[in-house]
Amino acid sequence: MKVAVIRFPGSNCDLDMMAALKTIKGIEPVLVWHEDGSLGGRDYGAVILPGGFSFADRLRAGAIAANSPAMSQVKRLAGGGTPVLGVCNGFQILVEGGLLPGALLRNSTLKFVCDWTHVRVENTRTPFTSGLKEGQVLALPIAHGEGRFYLQPAQLSRLEKDGMVTFRYCDAAGKSSPGSNPTGTLHNIAGVSNKEGNVVGLMPHPERAAEVLMSTLGHSDGSLVLSSLLVTQKGRRQG
Amino acid sequence: MALLTTKGRTFEVSVVISNKAGVREPEGETILHDLVAKSGFEQVGSIRAGKYLRVTVIAADAQSAKRLVERMCNELRIFNPAAHSCEVSIGREPGQ
Repeated sequence: MKVAVIRFPGSNCDLDMMAALKTIKGIEPVLVWHEDGSLGGRDYGAVILPGGFSFADRLRAGAIAANSPAMSQVKRLAGGGTPVLGVCNGFQILVEGGLLPGALLRNSTLKFVCDWTHVRVENTRTPFTSGLKEGQVLALPIAHGEGRFYLQPAQLSRLEKDGMVTFRYCDAAGKSSPGSNPTGTLHNIAGVSNKEGNVVGLMPHPERAAEVLMSTLGHSDGSLVLSSLLVTQKGRRQG
Repeated sequence: MALLTTKGRTFEVSVVISNKAGVREPEGETILHDLVAKSGFEQVGSIRAGKYLRVTVIAADAQSAKRLVERMCNELRIFNPAAHSCEVSIGREPGQ
């Protein structure tokens, strides 16, 4: 499966994402410059927006990249059902581009948080969680200043009801509490999907936890998020 | 810098983007609790920080200038409607 990794000016996790994807047999990552226009012309099985500081976070994290040429193609592909993943700044771009609901506001502590976290898998009906189990706890690192997910209360209830919360911060035992919430994000939300489930954004970095050597906790949970793409593809073929 | 080639008068339009009521705004809270309230300004009840854009526009009249900036803010998502309010107002004409 060919997977496009979009590089914006200021992306800095693009090569990490490429390296993580290359470790997964069956995935062929392709780095795509956001202005090169090739995204619609090739047969990509998925698109990934990596982390970083696109356009130096000017105006607001993700707000300028959300209007870049690649994003109109990403919107078209997402509308046709192509799996799209946004990690950290990629999540912010998807939110600012209207592909995912809500807003990612400054962390309540006003601090840039760089740490290892635990997240619980809340929904396995997405192409990035299909290889995981509901309730499974993953150890993934975060590194961001604007990751406080916000939605107005009525919309937040609908998001929860529709099963669009994909990952939630928790402790190592899988329990979510204010103590396991690193940024003040509502309902401990670390990642969400669109209603159809093919577009997913999350603040933690799976590509930084894709190999045992990279993890202070000694596992490679991030790889499971990325390799889920192949589980979904296999399911489609069999279905 | 964009070239302003449109004919008309020049107007200065202000855009203030801030978190909606009910959305926590930690920067304003920090300014209030860690600076203002500790410095003898106990009368100050709340502070909300935001983002300010001063936009120069060439238009036929002030209302047209304001409408153009409102359309720009909405179409380009200069603010995120899920969390922000966006107030657009006409300032002075430069040079006045």
